[in-house]
Amino acid sequence: MNYRLLWRKTVNNIMLALTGVCALVTVAILFFILGYLVWNGGRDINWAFLTQLPKPVGETGGGMANAIVGSAKLLLVAALVGIPVGFIGGVYLSEFGGSAFPAVVRYTADLLNGVPSIVMGIFAYTVVVLPMHHFSALAGGLALGVMLIPIVLRTTEEFLRAVPQSLREGALALGANKWRAISSVVIPAAFRGIATGMLLSLARVAGETAPLLFTSFGNRFWSHGFNEATSSLPVMIYTYAISAYEDWHRQAWAAGLVLLALVLVANIGARVILARRQSPARG
Amino acid sequence: MGGSATRTVMAPVPQPDKAGEAVPATKPGGPKIAVRSLNFYYGPRQILFDINLSVAEKKITALIGPSGCGKSTFLRTLNRMYETVPRARAEGELLLDGEEMLGMDVAALRRRVGMVFQKSNPFPKSIFENVAYGLRVNGHEPGKRLADLVEHSLRRAALWDEVKDHLHKSAHALSGGQQQRLCIARGLAVDPEVLLLDEPCSALDPIATAKIEELLFTLKDSCTIVIVTHNMQQAARVAEFTGFFLLGKLIEFNESRVIFKNPSRKETEDYITGRFG
Repeated sequence: MNYRLLWRKTVNNIMLALTGVCALVTVAILFFILGYLVWNGGRDINWAFLTQLPKPVGETGGGMANAIVGSAKLLLVAALVGIPVGFIGGVYLSEFGGSAFPAVVRYTADLLNGVPSIVMGIFAYTVVVLPMHHFSALAGGLALGVMLIPIVLRTTEEFLRAVPQSLREGALALGANKWRAISSVVIPAAFRGIATGMLLSLARVAGETAPLLFTSFGNRFWSHGFNEATSSLPVMIYTYAISAYEDWHRQAWAAGLVLLALVLVANIGARVILARRQSPARG
Repeated sequence: MGGSATRTVMAPVPQPDKAGEAVPATKPGGPKIAVRSLNFYYGPRQILFDINLSVAEKKITALIGPSGCGKSTFLRTLNRMYETVPRARAEGELLLDGEEMLGMDVAALRRRVGMVFQKSNPFPKSIFENVAYGLRVNGHEPGKRLADLVEHSLRRAALWDEVKDHLHKSAHALSGGQQQRLCIARGLAVDPEVLLLDEPCSALDPIATAKIEELLFTLKDSCTIVIVTHNMQQAARVAEFTGFFLLGKLIEFNESRVIFKNPSRKETEDYITGRFG
């Protein structure tokens, strides 16, 4: 009798410990990566790294300013492509669709979300780079933007669906038509969640490398406008990490740290926005 | 709306076999809302069966009955709110001042027939914006007049004194009873001819309920009120007319004192005396 009790207690404790350990591993991995990046790249992050162009091979120093700005440009194009389509499509799915067509759209969006990112790169290469005969920020941004669409679509839909039906009815009962009710009550009620979803999805594609390899390609100088090959942090990391130069390796670590820091800031920012509950509404 | 001309009781029209005994015929001008042979369906399922009922202008009409009897569904036909449910369908005649409701522009209809819901549903906006919403939807420009109308509506809903110092705070900061009165103020802001209330007090404590009942009395001079309630005392207290629904049929409809003191149908009596429901 006592043995059985003891056995049960032991199993209980082991399982509890196991769940805790696995949870801890997840957290530990992030901190390990962060620590490793800081250890290897922290020393190389300085003002020059953030503001200068890459130096020619053989010269030490220089920076990745063009890659940081390039990544921002790519994300801007991606946002302009992906957010309107995903957002408005999400509104349709949640508010207007019947039952058959939205199910097809939802399923297709999930498939699109599962398309390997390198395939997105090939797609953008075919529809933009080949006809234009050169690499461009436009092509890279399009590849990232297409990746954004399904994510934004589904998060928009989910947050809109979470808005209670009673709010829609309340607006309709006051003589608002459907679009007015959606635009002035439903979307504002879900806006914080939707904005968070957009921010997170941007952070997610900010680190994509594969779709950029043969779309925005890379550039050791400033790219002007959106029609030239453009440097980006992920591609820069890739190029520097597989190079033969010690100095470049260290810079790749530093670039990795910058990229991760940007993604973390976006993530934390999103959480803060979402966590800030109903603050007094403005007029 | 010409109500003062007909101070006499606007009684429901006779409905000999549908809803008990005949009551005095309607006075000139006709009822505010007339429902004739209304049948209502969700898909293939029929919810309401051949409803005939007239709502007297500037009176309070209560609808009672056990859960699932169709009284809320009936209420939602009066501003066509049922149309948000796919495959819901109403057949029959629904007249607002003699005008066919089913043919009207639905937004225009809902401006004339406002609704307050069972669970208070203030928008996640400020108190001011909640009340101003219907006005803005109806094309009011912001400014002095809008602010006046908001104040007027909040006064009509007996909420002004409690909220006047924090109109720009979130409506969600209000108590349950205040939220429900805010929803009434919001509905009143567009100055509806009819106000439908779907169990407006079911989530409120007795004090908040009493406030809303008091409010209904003050409103009926300017507005026709139809209220669905589970609470028979409430119906007896506030309503001039009461309709009893059972299994999708209007069993009996008459002046409240007749319904509660001397019902003509056995089902009504059983329900009122608490034998079922």
